[in-house]
Amino acid sequence: MPDSATLDALLTTPLDGLHQSLGAKMVPFAGYSMPVQYPLGVLKEHLHTRAAAGLFDVSHMGQADLVGDNIAEALERLVPGELQALKPGRIRYTQLLNDSGGIIDDLMIAKPVDGDPNRVHLVVNAACKDKDYAVLQAGLPDASLERKNDHALLALQGPQAAAVLSRFDPLCSSMPFMSLRPTTIDGADVVISRCGYTGEDGFEISIAAADAETFARTLIEQPEVEPIGLGARDSLRLESGLCLYGHDMDDDTSPIEADLTWSIGKRRRAEGGFPGDARILKELHEGPSRLRVGLKPVGRAPAREGAVIEVPDGAAVGVVTSGGFGPTAEGPIAMGYVAVEYAKPGTRLHLIVRGKALEADVVAMPFVSQRYYRGSK
Amino acid sequence: MTDTRYTKEHEWIRLDGDTATVGITDYAQSQLGDIVFVEVPDAGKAIAKGGEAAVVESVKAASEVYAPVSGTVTEGNASLDGAPDTVNSDAAGDGWFFKMTLSDAAELDGLMDQAAYDAYLKEIDA
Repeated sequence: MPDSATLDALLTTPLDGLHQSLGAKMVPFAGYSMPVQYPLGVLKEHLHTRAAAGLFDVSHMGQADLVGDNIAEALERLVPGELQALKPGRIRYTQLLNDSGGIIDDLMIAKPVDGDPNRVHLVVNAACKDKDYAVLQAGLPDASLERKNDHALLALQGPQAAAVLSRFDPLCSSMPFMSLRPTTIDGADVVISRCGYTGEDGFEISIAAADAETFARTLIEQPEVEPIGLGARDSLRLESGLCLYGHDMDDDTSPIEADLTWSIGKRRRAEGGFPGDARILKELHEGPSRLRVGLKPVGRAPAREGAVIEVPDGAAVGVVTSGGFGPTAEGPIAMGYVAVEYAKPGTRLHLIVRGKALEADVVAMPFVSQRYYRGSK
Repeated sequence: MTDTRYTKEHEWIRLDGDTATVGITDYAQSQLGDIVFVEVPDAGKAIAKGGEAAVVESVKAASEVYAPVSGTVTEGNASLDGAPDTVNSDAAGDGWFFKMTLSDAAELDGLMDQAAYDAYLKEIDA
């Protein structure tokens, strides 16, 4: 348990006072003091988000604009995502790659609504901010990076998120998944993105630090909304099969191994032109040697990160990279990397937990169906 | 039946005749949060004071439960298998982890009584 001296050395988000007043349990995370849970507790926070709506403080994440001539085209030198064809106001999930095709970080890149070809919006992982910004500056020396350090980021997630947010911004309900829109709420300038990290429909709201607590309190006062901590954020993303950087991928992992092939555009697969393209295109054509898979333990015991994965005869074939209990899945769930010949759903493997072999099956992810907004048809 | 004794790791132990019952305290369960899995030791297992005796898992993490004293397990609480949340709702009662016989009952004297444990909780929460 962190003592107060440890927490004092940490950065705080603009919602720190709100977390304290709500009785959150604060922990160090990526250099910030963050709420891991509120009095409701991780399990109920998780279930509430899937049933109604949860408000997350994700202000620790890195928000920045990258500005430079034809910046989307230039940025394609560093990521495998299709950026040139991205329409104004649309968001792309992609990865910053190193020269070996390993993942430096995963991030969201968006084009401004006004169609400005010389600007993109970025959201990167909190723990990777400094590293990412250095890589962007080194790779794109003519571009300039504008950090939005004076902005908070709120995530409102869950099946009732759109109903809640539309009370303040009626147009949000019809926003496509992976789009963004600047608007004004109660006099505060905000940028609303329809995306998230829970597998549910939802929004992320970028808002000036000075306006953040007032709006966050307004959202929490809505009957459908509970504040949700990092504990449930982790179990929600795990159930939805979403990677956590530093755990489910790192500098050695390629996007193909991480089962993120879908995020590499068709033109990019044909042309390459991103760091490590030789390795990545080779893995695309010949298959990777290992693959990220879902793992469902047969019993009730969870397997955590680091558990070795073996075949029933005892040979090690991989390792668990995230694991725990899925409240909506109502049982233990995990993801990890296995040699590709063991990656087929239905394969029975052993997860070594405290010296014992737990039986587990390779399963298709997500563990819980994603419910992103796909339009009102 | 003696009174309940406590460890600094927030286990409790209660001697009744020759057999002691062991669990985690209400403070421990409140710190762990929602408990989703408990692994209790099998009858016959020899455990040493301070050694790992059981595992309790919340949504967030796995935590070890240590043997408050040395001895031999006589029974693990099988009912926790299907209802691990009993530890949250009744840590000092139905949420017990295992029963054991003691190899040296004098080891109990080295543990905290209720008043000492209450004072210890005030100290760590200060």
